[in-house]
Amino acid sequence: MALEITAARPDPALLDLPWSVPLEQWPEANLAALPRGLSRHVVRFVKLPGQVIAVKEINPHLAVREYNMLRLLQKIGQPCVQPFGVVNGRLGDDGEELDACLLTRHLRFSLPYRALFSQSLRPDSAQRLIDALAVLLVRLHLAGFWWGDVSLSNTLFRRDAGAYAAYLVDAETGEIHTKLSVGQREHDVDIARVNIAGELMDLAAGGLLAKAADPIRVSESIVDRYRSLWRELTGSERFGVGCRWRVDDRIRRLNELGFDVDELTISTDFGGATIQIQPKVVDAGHHSRRLMRLTGLDVEENQARRLLNDLDSFRASQDRQNDDESMVAHDWLTQIYEPVTRTVPRDLTKKLEPAEVFHEVLEHRWYMSEAAGQDIPIKEVIADYLKNVLPGKPDEAAVLGVDTMAMRLPDFSKQESPGR
Amino acid sequence: MATVKFDNASRTYPGNDTPSVDRLTIDIADGEFLVLVGPSGCGKSTALRMLAGLEEVNVGDIWIGDRNVTDMSPKDRDVAMVFQNYALYPHMSVADNMGFALKIAGINKAEIAKRVADAAKILDLQDYLERKPKALSGGQRQRVAMGRAIVRNPQVFLMDEPLSNLDAKLRVQTRTQIASLQRRLGVTMVYVTHDQIEAMTMGDRVAVLKDGLLQQCDTPRRMYDHPDNVFVAGFIGSPAMNLFDVPVVDGGVKFGSIVHPIERSLLTGVGKEVTLGVRPEDLVIKMEGDGLPVTVEVVEELGADAYIYGSTTETAGKIKPIIVRVDGRTPPAKGTVVHLSPKGDHVHLFNNETGLRIG
Ligand SMILES: Nc1ncnc2c1ncn2[C@@H]1O[C@H](COP(=O)(O)OP(=O)(O)OP(=O)(O)O)[C@@H](O)[C@H]1O
Ligand SMILES: Nc1ncnc2c1ncn2[C@@H]1O[C@H](COP(=O)(O)OP(=O)(O)OP(=O)(O)O)[C@@H](O)[C@H]1O
Ligand SMILES: [Mg+2]
Ligand SMILES: [Mg+2]
Repeated sequence: MALEITAARPDPALLDLPWSVPLEQWPEANLAALPRGLSRHVVRFVKLPGQVIAVKEINPHLAVREYNMLRLLQKIGQPCVQPFGVVNGRLGDDGEELDACLLTRHLRFSLPYRALFSQSLRPDSAQRLIDALAVLLVRLHLAGFWWGDVSLSNTLFRRDAGAYAAYLVDAETGEIHTKLSVGQREHDVDIARVNIAGELMDLAAGGLLAKAADPIRVSESIVDRYRSLWRELTGSERFGVGCRWRVDDRIRRLNELGFDVDELTISTDFGGATIQIQPKVVDAGHHSRRLMRLTGLDVEENQARRLLNDLDSFRASQDRQNDDESMVAHDWLTQIYEPVTRTVPRDLTKKLEPAEVFHEVLEHRWYMSEAAGQDIPIKEVIADYLKNVLPGKPDEAAVLGVDTMAMRLPDFSKQESPGR
Repeated sequence: MATVKFDNASRTYPGNDTPSVDRLTIDIADGEFLVLVGPSGCGKSTALRMLAGLEEVNVGDIWIGDRNVTDMSPKDRDVAMVFQNYALYPHMSVADNMGFALKIAGINKAEIAKRVADAAKILDLQDYLERKPKALSGGQRQRVAMGRAIVRNPQVFLMDEPLSNLDAKLRVQTRTQIASLQRRLGVTMVYVTHDQIEAMTMGDRVAVLKDGLLQQCDTPRRMYDHPDNVFVAGFIGSPAMNLFDVPVVDGGVKFGSIVHPIERSLLTGVGKEVTLGVRPEDLVIKMEGDGLPVTVEVVEELGADAYIYGSTTETAGKIKPIIVRVDGRTPPAKGTVVHLSPKGDHVHLFNNETGLRIG
């Protein structure tokens, strides 16, 4: 059997990778030492020119299945890692058949939970991570996707204006249905609860869990968060005909949660005395879509909300409420947003995404202004932020181009063996 | 431990015209190992998921013990889907890996310790409870994962094709492990597979499904010796049963040049032809003489036995492939014509219109 690479846009550099070697034994030179979650399969990050891909060694049948599942999720706009390809027909140097490899693009600026929970976690951050996972799970369920293995290990987090945005990373057990039953959804939620508890208890057992997080309490909160979000997004409500404003109110509440309402059923009872409404099709990304339309910026939902707020205050401060919105947005982009994000020196761009930097600068302006008791000009804020805040942050993009040897953990077993 | 009952239960997926599981009725005894088997798309996974609470039941009921669970959520049903993706936690001991989910459920320490110890005994993991998963072999790790399900003391274990991703050797090994584990635990098990060999070797009883309809639910022995219809006859057994339409004549049915005697009462009311089934090992082979003439095309030698693959044109003019098991020491040569007749009364007759068994 010959090596077979299936990919939408195959990169010829893939051919140079040592496919005849079991993934576990790949030379350091090919690898990028990025943090990972728990996994039963061997997973490694591999450097290709200009990008990093995640390689998972897995049974060929499962590799193809997961690849197709990720493509489907991608197509229907769900937040997940991007599938890159499948490598099949691997033969070892001894002629032995090797498992296939599933390739996904490394999600830039993504943080596995192990990194997040073991950093000095702020008390409310654990909750924010769980909230992000609840949003992800609700979105997937609305799309008819049953995950089957909801866990922190199978989720990646990106910073999102002080909160987090969650991405699905492991679709191995997933199934697509026309519509999920209550039982299927509850099963996923239960799996999430047990897995999250296990993962946090594991960190605690290793002395790696921030004091702020109590495994059982945190794991139980996924259930509440999921259910209340689901109810808000899909539940029906009934009110008297005199309260029509409640229709708009419901839509506004959904928008605030970051969802657009694409379809809403309204029905009256026989007497016509009460109205019942129920959202039928809701679509995540209310703010990020609006920002994208106005500015072309592709950012996370909360970042978008933050940026839109700033855009609104820009508009008000310039007294341009009656101007065309997209004109104002263009000016805001060139006069406010880009000057801030472009001032970040090249060597600091791997710390945080531009939109997150902008968010932090806005936060910093608030702190500085409060301390000074007056408004501080944005230029001053940026200078202070770049000097005193950003350099102290860890690189979160990926270690693209950085020498991984420097990051290698000492392998004591190898060092000792020659002496024996 | 508990009985399980599918009571006229149906599931029609939204957008489908026909039910994927159609009025399924099965009574599963306490401690029984029941296998749901059938070709792809027959509805076996759907049936299992209805029992687990993952698929809505549109019509009918599902009972676990004396509780009607039809509308209960999965976690209230007291069933465990085993071999789900269970992660092992590197910093936690084997005991904690097995027992942590009980801690979340609020069960006290002493009870957890007891259940973990019991499960470890059954799984042969007593000496490893304080170790970290890293220090275990692959098979031991798999058993820790099973332990996670066992300590919950579920009433029923459910498994859906748990072995489909293993290679052939590991598959046989794990098959035995699961079967013996189930016997030791004495727990009720419902197991889904498309592999009839797996079904026949593991199940106390086997339920064969086709197009959402239960075809037969019986012990492996009974299923093999007494298939209720043509579908089951052809599905169970490897190599498959030989099936062909034969003319009904006075005193029996015609089998090549001979008349195979059949009790007259059985053949009243059937048409001109019936479907006759005979397993490869139930054919007597003669080099010449009476019977069904068959040309030997391939001889597969397996040591003690050999299979001959041939074909006959004597069946209503159509060429019919036939498989016969013969003594491995004296198989007929390729190209020869042999004459077959059924051994004693080892024939199965089916109505060739309804497919139902006659007698
Ligand atoms: N595209 C990616 N970008 C960033 N990180 C990734 C990517 N793919 C995998 N990872 C990391 O690798 C880890 C393991 O990947 P994955 O969950 O797919 O493996 P697995 O063996 O299928 O896991 P499981 O045991 O849950 O089945 C993830 O937790 C994640 O941290
Ligand atoms: N979510 C769904 N929506 C619509 N139809 C479905 C859905 N799931 C299954 N079906 C259909 O129901 C039938 C039974 O499916 P099921 O998965 O139970 O079969 P199975 O016997 O387990 O098959 P396999 O061995 O291929 O897994 C099939 O025709 C399938 O296409
Ligand atoms: Mg995973
Ligand atoms: Mg996986």
